[in-house]
Order: sequence, then structure tokens, then C-alpha cells
Amino acid sequence: MLKDIQVGIADYKTANNPNKIITLGLGSCVGLTLYDPQVKIGGLLHIMLPDSKRFSGVIKPAKFADTGIPLMLKELQRKGVILGRLQAKLAGGAQMFSGLDKKFTMNIGQQNTEATKKILKESGIKILASETGGKHGRTIILDLSTGLLTIRTVGTSLKVV
Amino acid sequence: MSATVNNQKLTDVHLDVLKEIGNIGLGNATTSLAQMLNKKVDMQVPQAVFISMEEAMEKIGGLEEVVACVTLRVEGEVPAQVLFVFNAASAWYLVDMLMGLLPGTTNQMDEMGQSVIQEVGNMLTGSFLAAIGTMANLKMVPNVPMFAYDMLGAVLSTSLIEGGYVEEHILLIETVLFEEQKHIKGHFFFITKNKSLDVLFKALGIITNS
Repeated sequence: MLKDIQVGIADYKTANNPNKIITLGLGSCVGLTLYDPQVKIGGLLHIMLPDSKRFSGVIKPAKFADTGIPLMLKELQRKGVILGRLQAKLAGGAQMFSGLDKKFTMNIGQQNTEATKKILKESGIKILASETGGKHGRTIILDLSTGLLTIRTVGTSLKVV
Repeated sequence: MSATVNNQKLTDVHLDVLKEIGNIGLGNATTSLAQMLNKKVDMQVPQAVFISMEEAMEKIGGLEEVVACVTLRVEGEVPAQVLFVFNAASAWYLVDMLMGLLPGTTNQMDEMGQSVIQEVGNMLTGSFLAAIGTMANLKMVPNVPMFAYDMLGAVLSTSLIEGGYVEEHILLIETVLFEEQKHIKGHFFFITKNKSLDVLFKALGIITNS
């Protein structure tokens, strides 16, 4: 059996059929998968923050939606993916914490989701599924043989989109 | 002008001092927890490392384990963030103990459980900061506690991101607290930025290389 390819926080991986790519425990982070069903090649990006321009001296472009998405797109195109065929799915962007510290509830999750959707729209990539928001963490697995995305949360059954 | 502490300039001596701070602060917190539970509570020798958030996540591992996490922002002269992370079974046991229930009664996290765990985090943080504040003569004020009960990876990353600890390196002081009979195992994290360390070292009378 093939071992799932694991993606850490602020990182991305691309692969082809019949691999699976997984990222564990998305909270406010957004997991974005891109998949070309014709060549069965795809990638998964674990986005931490919406906008790299708010930081100076960015070392890891994969951390941000605005720099991470183009980075993964480039690698996918090198591997033979056609932009117009790409299908995007995203999950995460949750609000994990409850409490009264206002400074802590600026909802980075929602900002990550919005930035990701905006960049996809600008790039002309269609979004097939968006499982975002809420209060729960998510683990996601992209199956490159089918393009299906499996979402695991605590206390509920698996969801496949 | 004080020197800026950074990765390169931070020596073993500095890290030892930080470990000792962890030791003293958590010693105090551990005593408070022991009094609350009326049980013996021990802790591992704290570890102090400079690490990126990504490295921290990798090091901690078990990203899908269900945990209860209390986190507080610390304001004052040394802005920081404190996190207490208990695995689910430990959190339930804490709720039973502090609510005077038979061990094994609690097996999920409801609102009552949440406020019990939040209070534990509040109390531990208060004891920790009081010990450091007294030692270094610094003002460190904890904010209200925030709570989450979910996958470790989701909870940990979100707390660091929302707390603003996304820069390349953070100081992580880490230890494990455990109750005598191993019913409770909790991780403690104290996270601060490079620039805050200057203030801390200076207050302790430790000179940083310029």
C-alpha cells in the first residue's frame, strides 16, 4: 500500500495518481487542493495566513495565500497540469477558540478563506467544494486517483466532497 | 543601547536561564495545582528552545489527538503567550476532581467542563507569571483565557497564529505536568518573541552580547 504524502503547516506537495496527499489538523489554516482530472495530477497547500504583504522578510512563501497558491500552481503546470482544467477544493478556516479576548478573535480563518477564494477567482480556477468556517479542526486527504477530498473532524463521520 | 537577542547570540547560558525561569514559574504553578487537587503533582525539567512554528508542530506531533487547550495572552513588559494542553482523558479527570465527581463520570466536554478547565489554566498561568514577575521585577499581566477542545494540530496552530506568533523563530519553554497516579498529563508552553527576551534578560541582570 502506498503511504500518504504528508503536508506540514505552511507547506505544499504535488503528486499524481494513485497517491494520496494528507494534511493534519487544520484550524484557522486553510487546506487548498487543486486537481486536474484528465492527467490525475494535483496538489495540496496548507495556508497559514492570507497576505504576505503584511510581513517583511518572508522566508516561506507557502505560508501565505497570495504567495503559496502561485507557487503550487507553477509546480503543477511544470508537471503537465492545464490551468483551465483545474478543480479547487478547500477546507479549514475555522474559529477554534472561544472566550472574551477580543484581540484573539480577529478570525484569521475567515480571512484565509476569503483570500484563497479571491486568488482562485482571479486565476480563473473553479471551486468545486468549500468546507470552511465553523468551530472544528479538520484533517483532509486528497485522493489523486479520483480527485475526491475526504474530511475528518472530531466527533462526526467522514465527509467526502 | 541594549543588544538585541537573536538566535546566533543566544548562548547555552541564556537557554539555561530560560529553563530556570520555566522551572521556578512552573514549580509555583505545580504547587497551586497540587493544592487544588489535593494530590501530588510533578513536572519534567523544562526545555527551552528557539524554534519556528512549523518545527514546533513537528516536534510536538500527534496532531490529530483530541485535547483541551487554554491559552492566555500576556501583556506588559514581556508580551508572551501561555498555553496549557491536556489530552481529553486528563481534561475529563480534572473536571471530575474539581467538581467533586467520581472519577470516570465526565466523558465529554460541556460548558461546565470548559469553565473548569479555563479556571485551571487561569490559575496555573497566574502562579507562573507571579513567580517570574517577582524574580525579575517585571509587570506581566495575563488576559482572559481562551478555550478550545479539538485536534491538537488545529488548536496549537490557531492559538499561535491568532496570538501573532508567526515569525520565523519563537522561544518555546515546554514541560509536562503529571499527577502522581498519571491520571493527568498536561503540556505547558510559554511563547515569546526575540525582542521581548532583551527585556527579560536585562531585568534578570544578564548581559547579552552586542
